[in-house]
Amino acid sequence: MMVESRLKKILSMGLFAVTAECGPPKGADPEVIRKKGLLLKGYVDSVNVTDNQTGVVRLSSLASCVILRQEGLDPVLQMVTRDRNRIALQSDVLGASALGVRNILCLSGDHQSLGNQPDAKGVFDLDSIQFLKVVREMRDRGVILGGEELSSQPDLFIGAVENPFGDPRSYRVARLAKKVRAGAEFIQTQCVYNLARFREFMKEVTDKGLDGKVAVLAGVTPLKSARMAEYMAAKVAGMDIPEEVIGRMKGTPAGRQRAEGIKIAVETIAALKEIKGVRGIHIMAIEWEEAVPELSEKAGLLPRPEG
Amino acid sequence: MISAERKPFEEIKSSIGRYKKILIVGCGTCVAECAAGGEKEVALLATQLRIDAARRRRKIEVKEMTLDRQCVYEFIDQLTPVAEQYEVILSLGCGAGVQAVAEVLPRTHIIPALNTTTIAETREAGVWLEDCRGCGDCKLDYFADICPITRCAKGLFNGPCGGSKDGRCEADPDSPCAWQLILDRLSATGRTESIDEVYPPANWSKMQGKGPRKIIREDQRA
Repeated sequence: MMVESRLKKILSMGLFAVTAECGPPKGADPEVIRKKGLLLKGYVDSVNVTDNQTGVVRLSSLASCVILRQEGLDPVLQMVTRDRNRIALQSDVLGASALGVRNILCLSGDHQSLGNQPDAKGVFDLDSIQFLKVVREMRDRGVILGGEELSSQPDLFIGAVENPFGDPRSYRVARLAKKVRAGAEFIQTQCVYNLARFREFMKEVTDKGLDGKVAVLAGVTPLKSARMAEYMAAKVAGMDIPEEVIGRMKGTPAGRQRAEGIKIAVETIAALKEIKGVRGIHIMAIEWEEAVPELSEKAGLLPRPEG
Repeated sequence: MISAERKPFEEIKSSIGRYKKILIVGCGTCVAECAAGGEKEVALLATQLRIDAARRRRKIEVKEMTLDRQCVYEFIDQLTPVAEQYEVILSLGCGAGVQAVAEVLPRTHIIPALNTTTIAETREAGVWLEDCRGCGDCKLDYFADICPITRCAKGLFNGPCGGSKDGRCEADPDSPCAWQLILDRLSATGRTESIDEVYPPANWSKMQGKGPRKIIREDQRA
């Protein structure tokens, strides 16, 4: 059976795409990832699987993607350059395609010192942009780095990330453009809480005509609690949560904070849908995958088109 | 310069073990500049060892010597007649110094007393900043004289990553984001157009080689 990327198909039909993030467990039980995947099935088009996010050892992203594939989901393989050199990266790209994975998200990855293996040697043989270009050349030209030809080409829809809230702000769109030049076909952004800043970012994206070259999926993370909002604002690199949002969470009684978090996310999605150039939503419900069905429904993202 | 830091006294003491006749050898070049292994630091370590031995009622003999350069044989040769009178050499040279001394003295136990860390500049009194990883393929001009391999925590050639915030690095907020510095300097020198190019993967073979890298200059050979 021919396997194709559902994400690519949805976007190429001009439909509004919905993806969600799924974090693998710190263990070998395949049922954990299967359960998470089934929670998301039918509520999103494709599911990103994080690659040892924040430098914490977890069940491999590729293995998790294959498990999701078996359940009929369309996985997005996240692959960071922190842990693999160019030999391993290219080999895993071929392996992923052979196993039926049809989407890849190329990242550099959080620094190893931030995770549970702080003594590890960070590889960073390639950076995310170089890696994007390598994957694109493997797919389109059938060559690996150095120009040697492959016997068959991987079939992958290629994505990257961008953080509209990182610094230097004046350079964020230029960097997105660089990722597009390197080969990115879709972009998933850091979670949006600061809509004003995100609108500025997207205006620059559309002014530069980048929206015609790449599909931007805006990141949304529902807040579980006021504490999570404060923690993320203070501790998570590249996060921009305005005081107003934190204040709304803090002003809500503890028992109702989850509902308020969903409400904020629903409002954010409604606003994002109106922004020119936004082609979809990427939901990162961190260790809270069960929030995705409710969020998709309340945000009017259902039913998802048949893949 | 090569910068280094002295190992903790307890670690040095435990390496010396039962040896009683100890020759401490400093180096007057890089590690003297970074106040880790020069004449002063040799004297300090000798005093610490003597006091510690006296406190434990152990009789030890400690001799101090500082070579101009511990990584050049003509200076190391000064050690040859002295070394055989001692059971062990405690070297306050960098890793190159320790190994060069070992090459000259094949039958002597040599213990490193420093942790060699970086190729550094003196930022201010008492602050040394790593600037160079010796990649063997200097592209500083391209990166506005800020080395991304050394000064970006992820060594990104097409940075900055999404974790750059207010000019600080996500991995170490005490460090400036190298890419903020690169972009600032490119802009100050009117060269911002280069950042739009995708910088290709590095040739790490110039850094890793096949084992130790060696420079051979026929014009310099006797």
